[in-house]
Amino acid sequence: MLYVLPALVLYTLFLLIPLGQTVWLSFLDWDGLTVATWAGLDNYRELFTDPALRAPFVHALVLLLFYAALPVAIGLLLAAALSRFRVRGMTFFRTVLFLPQVLAMVVVGVAWRSILAPDGLLNDVLHAVGAGGLARSWLGDYTWALPAVGIVGTWVETGLCLVLFLAGAQRIPRELYEAARMDGAGAVREFFTVTLPGLRGEVAVALTLTIVAGLRNFDLIYITTSGGPGNATSVPAFEVYRRAFEVNEVGAAAAMGVGLTVMIFVLTVVVARLVEGRKS
Amino acid sequence: MISRTERLLTYGILALFTVISLTPVVGILSSAFGKRSSLESGFSLPDGLNWGNFSEAWTRGHFGTYMTNSVLVAVAVVAVTTVLAVLAAYGLGAMRFPGSDLLFYLFVLGLTLPQEAVLVPLYFDLRYWELTDTYWALILPQTAQSLAFGVFWMRTYFRNSSRAVVEAARIDGASSWTVLWRVLLPMGRPALSTMVVIVFMWTWNEFLMALVMVSDEAHRTVPLGLAFFQGQHSSDTALLAAASVLIALPVVIVYIALQRRFIEGMLTGSTKE
Repeated sequence: MLYVLPALVLYTLFLLIPLGQTVWLSFLDWDGLTVATWAGLDNYRELFTDPALRAPFVHALVLLLFYAALPVAIGLLLAAALSRFRVRGMTFFRTVLFLPQVLAMVVVGVAWRSILAPDGLLNDVLHAVGAGGLARSWLGDYTWALPAVGIVGTWVETGLCLVLFLAGAQRIPRELYEAARMDGAGAVREFFTVTLPGLRGEVAVALTLTIVAGLRNFDLIYITTSGGPGNATSVPAFEVYRRAFEVNEVGAAAAMGVGLTVMIFVLTVVVARLVEGRKS
Repeated sequence: MISRTERLLTYGILALFTVISLTPVVGILSSAFGKRSSLESGFSLPDGLNWGNFSEAWTRGHFGTYMTNSVLVAVAVVAVTTVLAVLAAYGLGAMRFPGSDLLFYLFVLGLTLPQEAVLVPLYFDLRYWELTDTYWALILPQTAQSLAFGVFWMRTYFRNSSRAVVEAARIDGASSWTVLWRVLLPMGRPALSTMVVIVFMWTWNEFLMALVMVSDEAHRTVPLGLAFFQGQHSSDTALLAAASVLIALPVVIVYIALQRRFIEGMLTGSTKE
């Protein structure tokens, strides 16, 4: 117990107590300066009724499509193709594909701003292939800003999924593939009968990681769009920051923080359940 | 068994994804060496190697100061996390006492807990203690967060370490303290170094906490420096890119050197058992 104590003290002071305080603050009406008043469930009621507070959660769900669903799908397809024989130079590919995970999100944001800028790489390519009509200010467009940020998320997370699935696919016994082929299974049936069931655990891990990463997403939004245009790309993480430190609605910010935490918790539990449920 | 076409196709797909993965990275690199005055906000191809962008970013962007701050904070967080996490994980992993499981789960909780859940009161607490705009405000909360991973990671190591070795040492009369420092830690160097590089990377790249806790320029860390730099010089792509390269370089070097251990640690570390 003595060994645990120093870590526990620090952890309690700077994580567990603030967590409790956030819950407490979420029941208050406080601007951070004057005396706080008891608000009861008002802040939470507003999370559901105020469109400006509800929108970030909707955006977060849309982003999960890009941060979690798309990378897992792409990762699975690629892993299926790559696991059919020994690929040479795997270490190189793995290192490169995982690289986006290592870069600071601030750096990722700066790089992608250059790609998505009105005179950036994406529009240059569109012009070059004769699709110049599609070119636009991707991050400044009400309709396209959210998907554009999403694509950056896909870029960051796909490598992670791929690396996970490739590692998992190598653990699937070769005999299973051979048996499937003996039964006359093609690539598609091989995928559904051997690869996908064999990767169940890895899919759960990938979904958990990408969902948490997607919902925690603050840096990227701050750097690329600051929630704009309008509030087209505001997400809960960004809204916690904005409410607490820019518009002085501390109680509402805390409630948003609690809401985000609950959302992460529920989604990770759902993922775990889904995977276990199929096992039995 | 596998046809030539399929092999070619597979390598083709891999190559495509490699290109996609590298394009933004190469773009930043090439812009960093590019001409200063170009008005384009997109990437530019360099007309040579303009090292001047880096020195310019270093001095005009004050990245010298930011780097010093980042190094200081990262070293402190890594050092404190390592010592505390090893002690706690040893207590939780190699010994049994009432409530040890509960304590462990308390630490694991921190792995999925978003910063946003503690950010707001942390700011007001630290301001009340007059610690905002000090290194403490950067070091203490980040150490607390890193402990979740550190305790989890090192506990797994202690759990899996050989019972026989520990018992042999105990029979030779070693105290639990000696077993930890003389036997288990020297053996656990790989696990330890994985934890060190991952905590280093997280601390180095950390943004939101630093943004909230620090408002004066003297304590800014590099990611923060880049964000403010972008705010002021958003049209100066070359400088912005050079600054980005300076920030990313330390982590990328460590990553490439230790990629296997790095990936393994990040994948297992950030998920629960």
